[in-house]
Amino acid sequence: MPSWIQVSEMTDPLLCLKDFAVSFRTPNGDVQAVRGVDISVAAGEMVGIVGESGSGKSVTFLGVLGLLPKSARITGSATVEGLELVGASNRTMRTVRGKKIAMIFQDPLSALNPVYRVGYQVAEMIQAHQQVSKSEALTRSVELLDIVGIPQPKVRARQYPHEFSGGMRQRVMIAMAIANDPEVLIADEPTTALDVTVQAQILEVVQRIQREMNKAVVMITHDLGVIARVADRVQVMYAGRVVERASVNDLFAAPTHPYTVGLLNSLPRVGQERLQPIPGRPPNMLRPPQGCAFRARCPHAAPVCAEKLPELQPHANSMTACVRINEIDVAEMSGITA
Amino acid sequence: MADTAIPEGLLGADPDLNDVEALNVRVLTPFQMAWRRYWHHKGAAIATIIMTMLLIIVIFAPLTARYGINEQVLKIQEGNNVYLSPRSIAWMGTDEIGRDIYSRLIWGVRTSLFIGVTSAILSVIIGTTVGAIAGLRGGVFDDLMMRVTDIFLAFPFLVLVIVVRAALGNLPWLTAIIGDISSIRFLIVLFAIFGWMGVARLVRGQVLSLKEREFIEASRAVGASNTRIVLSHLLPNSIGPILVALTLSVAGSIIGESTLSFFGLGPQPGTNSTSLGLLVELSSSGAKQGNWWLVAFPCGALVLLVVCINFIGDGLRDAVDAKLDTGK
Amino acid sequence: MLRFIVRRLLWLPLTLLLVTFLVYCAVRTGWHPEQTYKRSNPRATREKVEQYLAVNGLYKGWGGYVRGYFEWLWRFIQGPDHWPRSIKGRALVYPPLRYSIFNTLRLAGIASILGISIGLTVGTLAARKPGSWFDNIANTGAFFVGAVPAFVSGVILQLVFAVELGWFPVGGVYPPGHQGFDLLLMIKHLVLPVTVVAVQVIAQYSRYMRASLLDVRSSDFVRTARAKGLSERNVLFRHGVRNAMIPVATVLALDVGQLIGGLIITEAIFNYPGMGVYFLKASFNGDIPQLMPYLVIIVTSVLVFNLIADVSYALLDPRIRLG
Repeated sequence: MPSWIQVSEMTDPLLCLKDFAVSFRTPNGDVQAVRGVDISVAAGEMVGIVGESGSGKSVTFLGVLGLLPKSARITGSATVEGLELVGASNRTMRTVRGKKIAMIFQDPLSALNPVYRVGYQVAEMIQAHQQVSKSEALTRSVELLDIVGIPQPKVRARQYPHEFSGGMRQRVMIAMAIANDPEVLIADEPTTALDVTVQAQILEVVQRIQREMNKAVVMITHDLGVIARVADRVQVMYAGRVVERASVNDLFAAPTHPYTVGLLNSLPRVGQERLQPIPGRPPNMLRPPQGCAFRARCPHAAPVCAEKLPELQPHANSMTACVRINEIDVAEMSGITA
Repeated sequence: MADTAIPEGLLGADPDLNDVEALNVRVLTPFQMAWRRYWHHKGAAIATIIMTMLLIIVIFAPLTARYGINEQVLKIQEGNNVYLSPRSIAWMGTDEIGRDIYSRLIWGVRTSLFIGVTSAILSVIIGTTVGAIAGLRGGVFDDLMMRVTDIFLAFPFLVLVIVVRAALGNLPWLTAIIGDISSIRFLIVLFAIFGWMGVARLVRGQVLSLKEREFIEASRAVGASNTRIVLSHLLPNSIGPILVALTLSVAGSIIGESTLSFFGLGPQPGTNSTSLGLLVELSSSGAKQGNWWLVAFPCGALVLLVVCINFIGDGLRDAVDAKLDTGK
Repeated sequence: MLRFIVRRLLWLPLTLLLVTFLVYCAVRTGWHPEQTYKRSNPRATREKVEQYLAVNGLYKGWGGYVRGYFEWLWRFIQGPDHWPRSIKGRALVYPPLRYSIFNTLRLAGIASILGISIGLTVGTLAARKPGSWFDNIANTGAFFVGAVPAFVSGVILQLVFAVELGWFPVGGVYPPGHQGFDLLLMIKHLVLPVTVVAVQVIAQYSRYMRASLLDVRSSDFVRTARAKGLSERNVLFRHGVRNAMIPVATVLALDVGQLIGGLIITEAIFNYPGMGVYFLKASFNGDIPQLMPYLVIIVTSVLVFNLIADVSYALLDPRIRLG
């Protein structure tokens, strides 16, 4: 057992998902968006959740906070500081949202209410959980805007969301998220809607907050670059399951799942003549495939892969859901270019 | 251990994993999806059936109506004709001259539907043209059109109709073309004048939103001319809302015609035809005299017609809305 | 923001002039002054007709229209005492006009306030739980009410409640021959017409509100509000309704602008002497001196409330204000 895994299991994880599953009832049947994931995040660490669209990464955490539409069915367990969230009453959830767990959303323009001033919206977050007067909340919100690096915070607090640039808006979202000093921060693709140059700034803000305030941060993204930059540990999701769990270094240096290898290979490289996408498409979650969901696109697929839903098992310093990990050279995928 | 055999995953990939057909999800064209959605709407489905039956009855009026439009139910010698309550020789009773309400209703609905459909089609033609130009060109034309229709549409409808009707009806050169103020032609034109504005604004909105979409840019990049873009891309994508507007326009005309008739400003097409509105007008006097069939059947027909058309419009809206949605 | 209002305010007089001129032309064309006068006063002599035409500036021809308009305008501005008199026995136009205005304001005002407040509430409640029994009933109800034309429901209500059951009077403001002010009696006479109108308004506004609120509820910032841990009620009102009101408020302003024209159909059915009936009578008689002030009032009201609608949109949506 690698030492770092032991360590993170020894420190009590703040957020702990066990066999967490989400399915949506639709007229055509049940869409199984998340099919049993185990994720834990401890204080002071940034866990990256990486996967394609449709892998279930956002749905997982929206489900944890109870922000999914009514057609969603959630099973399994999700605890924050020991408090069980699955099946919790709305009242309980309201003490968690914004207070224990705060979320930063993808598109800050649509995530902020266009008719209220920015300072008010941050203050609203404060007043939702702290007994302070309106003026105190507004003062505090100005301080928060300052913390996230918005210049002239007092003036800007009186402005409306559409008067901010994309990066500044996202900083406002971050300020809102940390307003009540939550234990856990969930950032759902916070940089996807932003320019590349601004992305770096936002990531820097999030990382600074994580380190200075010792928060547990979940960084959801499809961008491996983001993972490389800020994550400590990574969970790779595919078709509603976690297929690899590793430290960020190990993930890039020694991936242990064909899907991860595929992702890494599909990153464009200087001097590369042809792009190497992963062939095929993600499966339809209305009737998820038997066994390993990746086998249709996996160059190492074998009959054993179709037998049962693969569980995570340790391999080297990581955890992988590939049942053939000991039989194949995962990195051999690069040989298929010919 | 290096696997030197051809990777099994790539060849003969498990066919039923990602195979769309295997999931029994057929790929449908947008039209087919819209068709499905339309029939899913129960109200629209029932309404369409009812309307179709009505249309058949009405179109084949000479066959389905039991009597001529001015024919009296009984010969004078055979007995009293006037204000008979519903019975076997006159299923819906008779009016003040002894004519069969049922037959007159069929003839009347025929006329009113004709008015409604014709004016709706006219409105749509004019409105689509103006709206498309306004949306595409923009500029002064667009501004002017928006302002004018803004103000026009802000006025109380009936007041406007009465004033415009009076003014147009007294212009000799106009009435020479479109007919006398109490003719059906005049009414059709009148409704078209009021109807085109709503359609124009709708089409303009559609064009504006579609204009910015990538597939239009792509067409331009390939070198399509403006006309081609309008005809092959913009219009087909706007068909949905235009259809809905058309349907509601028909309903609006029918109600409008009845309202005007209520005030005696409706079509007075002479003794050879009648309209639904005229028949409904009987209801106010009929009510006071206690001849309930004069109220029930015309008003019932009116309400049935309008409700059905509204349901159809609703169904169309459902069918069309999701089609315009990207994804979801 | 101020600049926006000022700019629109500057346009207003010009637009007013233009539109009232168009109205004048339409009225002159629609009701031929000579014919209508002769119809109302069948025994008038040639001289009287000429005099009538001259006094009212009813010149012929294109130039005559323009000249006639300005003459009329001049007299109009000077106040009701200078307004041309009705063609019927040269009665003053203003007193019946004022009487009609008050009646209409009463009827339309009460019906609107009731209808809009109930309608908005129903719409909000329906949107809270889409697909619930309440929502379905509200929706179906609104649908059918909207499909039944006003005069059908009016006539039926009148038939059932006034003629058959006799619970309410058939029409009018007071019973014929009644003098003086009697609140209870007035209310009794108002019940049926107000009901007819209010029901239509409720149907309309509940649909607007429901559609707007459903739209807003699926937007991201509502999810953010929930993610803040706000109570459902706060989410609904502070974020949902507040944003959903924006389009509804503009429609409201436009609707109110139309009210002063009177509810023609309802007033006609219930013989209620409001602006609607005033207009009907005037238009039947072709009484231009009566028609013009009425139309000018409507035009002014519509244009002013159009402006108010734009302003309120800017007030409620900062993106318009500052964008």
